[in-house]
Amino acid sequence: MTSSAKQFAFDWLSGLGRGALMCRDIATSICKAKPVWRDVLYQIYFIGVKSQSVVCVTGAFTGMVLCAQTYLEFHKVKMDTATLAVVSVGMVSQLGPVLTGLMVAGRVGAAIAAELGTMRVTEQIDALRTLATHPIDYLVVPRFLATLLVMPLLTAGSICVGIFAAFLVGTWLLGINPTYLWYNMIHYTNMDDVMTGMIKTFVFGGIIAVIACDKGMNCPAGAEGVGRATTEAVVYSSITILISNFFLTLVLNKFLV
Amino acid sequence: MIIEARNVRKSFGALPVLQGVTFSVEKGEALTIIGISGGGKSVLLKHLIGLLTPDAGEVIVGGINIAGLTERQLLPVRRQFGMLFQGAALFDSLNVEDNVAFILKRERRFSPAEIASRVEEVLDVVGLKGIQKKWPEELSGGMRKRVGLARAIIYRPDILLYDEPTTGLDPMAADAIDKLIMRVVEQLKVTSIAVTHDMRSARRIGRRILMLHQGRIYADQTPEQLFQSSDPVIHRFVNGISDAQEPYDL
Repeated sequence: MTSSAKQFAFDWLSGLGRGALMCRDIATSICKAKPVWRDVLYQIYFIGVKSQSVVCVTGAFTGMVLCAQTYLEFHKVKMDTATLAVVSVGMVSQLGPVLTGLMVAGRVGAAIAAELGTMRVTEQIDALRTLATHPIDYLVVPRFLATLLVMPLLTAGSICVGIFAAFLVGTWLLGINPTYLWYNMIHYTNMDDVMTGMIKTFVFGGIIAVIACDKGMNCPAGAEGVGRATTEAVVYSSITILISNFFLTLVLNKFLV
Repeated sequence: MIIEARNVRKSFGALPVLQGVTFSVEKGEALTIIGISGGGKSVLLKHLIGLLTPDAGEVIVGGINIAGLTERQLLPVRRQFGMLFQGAALFDSLNVEDNVAFILKRERRFSPAEIASRVEEVLDVVGLKGIQKKWPEELSGGMRKRVGLARAIIYRPDILLYDEPTTGLDPMAADAIDKLIMRVVEQLKVTSIAVTHDMRSARRIGRRILMLHQGRIYADQTPEQLFQSSDPVIHRFVNGISDAQEPYDL
């Protein structure tokens, strides 16, 4: 094994260990120190409300393009009215959670890592500790809880907007019968798909919060360190979302379907 | 004895910074730790409040060895301390009032009126009355340090730690901070430990001076003894005389 491969393996394992320890600290903090709900509410506003527009735009255009592409293929075999059903199942169980996760990782993960990283390099986190405040209680837990709470809501919003946008494209632009389009969508989308999507998005929220907080709290010194922590937070959480999506799909399909 | 360091050792990677530091501080004492930049003064100060954990040795605070405590176990120990950081370390996202009142608001033991009154009182002590609504970026370096000091003394700690309190300030602002530190020690009767390489400041704010040299306590003397010392290492440091051959390795 070359030295760079060894270093990569070491970094990967130590990152995994830090993430596990952070999860333990978060659980301890939630049990022992009561979360300050005012801080959680502020983070819900920052993470949830401020991400709404970007998540909805992503959902809308994903639904629209999926509808157009599916129609082009289905039209060849005279299955036009099944178009929205494909869009719906795809959006609810796969695209909605994953794309929302990726967008939130980009917007919120970067912001969390940059904010905590800057606090670390300017000794604000040490100042917090000298003021008898655990950084996990004050900085991490509100962000973690807020991300867990808002991710299902953002995903639900993205899915609804995506399906509605696809419905508009299907009926107005592609001329598909709206009644059959809607009926098939309702008929072929079942509760298991919705549950799969919601469980996934909940897990993705936890992944984004833990990775972004870990990268920020362990940021190397200097402006370059903050930049690197921010980039790594986005890249690592995006990759982790994509990889875990595969395994979650397998596991949830086994238990839910 | 309120703080005691016993044979504290700390290395960062292959670089040994503290190589067996031993000293103690009595209650109410005003101590200054001097030494070259990068010599481990701030590292030593951070060990006293548990921000860093020693590789070996013990740090005893009020009879408790804090070296083996977890972050959560350290919280009540840190309640005895107030610390002024080199760059003040004010929270960017909070205004002056919220910075100064941070710990009181977190503890939720005081009414908003009591908190406002305490903030006004400590801002008056540091000579910055009426700036409650200002933001950290609107303050000068000296003002930031004063606000940092107000934040450190609002909950009336037993021990105050100062990390390079006058670094980066103009001579008049540095003088104001020195006088403020002396006044705070006098008024609040706290134990004070300051780390500095500003000799004028060290002489004024410390009743006892420790010199950290090559990772160990090299001298433990009164300011008068230290400034009159004929020891070549102390003499060169105190008078700012560098060696032409080894300019920065005393």
